[in-house]
Amino acid sequence: MANQLPVKVVAVEERVWSGEAEMLVARTTEGEIGVLPGHSPLLGLLKEPSQVRVKLAGGEQLTYDVSGGFLSIDADGVTVLAESATPATPESR
Amino acid sequence: MAGQVQALRRRIRTVKSTAKIAKAQELVATSRIAKAQERVTASKPYSEAITQVLTALASNASVDNPLLVPRERVRRAGVLLVTSDRGLAGAYNANAIRTAEQLIARLKADGKETVLYVVGRKGVGYYRFRNRPIEASWTGFSERPSFSDAKTIGDALLEAFVAGADDTDAHYGPDGIQGVDELHIVSTQFKSLMTQSAEAHFLAPMHVEEREAEPGLRPAYEFEPDADELLNALLPKYLNTRIYAALLDSAASESASRRRAMKSASDNANDLLKRYTREMNSARQAAITQEISEIVGGVEALSSAGSDM
Repeated sequence: MANQLPVKVVAVEERVWSGEAEMLVARTTEGEIGVLPGHSPLLGLLKEPSQVRVKLAGGEQLTYDVSGGFLSIDADGVTVLAESATPATPESR
Repeated sequence: MAGQVQALRRRIRTVKSTAKIAKAQELVATSRIAKAQERVTASKPYSEAITQVLTALASNASVDNPLLVPRERVRRAGVLLVTSDRGLAGAYNANAIRTAEQLIARLKADGKETVLYVVGRKGVGYYRFRNRPIEASWTGFSERPSFSDAKTIGDALLEAFVAGADDTDAHYGPDGIQGVDELHIVSTQFKSLMTQSAEAHFLAPMHVEEREAEPGLRPAYEFEPDADELLNALLPKYLNTRIYAALLDSAASESASRRRAMKSASDNANDLLKRYTREMNSARQAAITQEISEIVGGVEALSSAGSDM
């Protein structure tokens, strides 16, 4: 099993969520992108508005409504930066 | 004599209520500082991440974005001044305004026209009273700024800045709007609970450091969309983040300054209270002593008159 993917979801006013995930799915202006551990470095602008889905190890999924966001993938994991990020489902808190 | 006691009593009552108000303001300001500092901390992850991303981008994209390139000739400079909505904050507003005035004087000496943007009622009041034109102002959130406030300000500034790109000496340029060629921000930096200092900073054109350290270790980023387009999208966001950070810092400074001012006000009120109470007591005692001596004098006069008979 591949190792875990460190994910940070950061809004301007606060850190929304951070932790380990299996996979992150987001939609950039170019199209949908799924990020697995070990993804090559990438900077992407997220489509406006869009949803970011974080798939956790237990099969759980966190969904965030993101506006004004972009995505940065580097060796330390994935960072979703957004002007606002609100949980779309109650489980995502 | 009795009149004096009355007057002192009234004065004590006034000082007492002033002391109460000052004390309450002090407590409110103290809790606001903590809250403001929390918000500063909460906004750190984003600003750090966006700075890191921009640094990576600037090293990859061609740097010809209007937000990055200094204009050849700077005709008008925009100055964003951050003040508070309410007074009773010691020298907070005076310092911010003085720093802005110094900056404006310096810009004028360089032959630049200045355009004022003001945040906070105190700053607006200052310039309105002096009949100086304000290009735009925003009020009502100085103690609790939100990101959408910063965004509103940022969008307006950006519009003016972009509109300034095609201005010529004689004309406003094809877009017909007179813009600015430079943006400065004057805000108060929160250094510690005791020190806050008003400072002027460059807002645009921005200086993004291109990091050339650790060659070969820099990740080869892929970009979606391409680097230039990304840069165009991210720079305005970065500008807003900078404004937001300045607003938060100023809010914390405002509360800290108010707390200090209110603390010395309530200390002073308590000193006055002590002094007035002493004065009142001695005045009352003097009145009593006088009355007694008058009675004793009267009795003696009567008894001596009686013995004569």
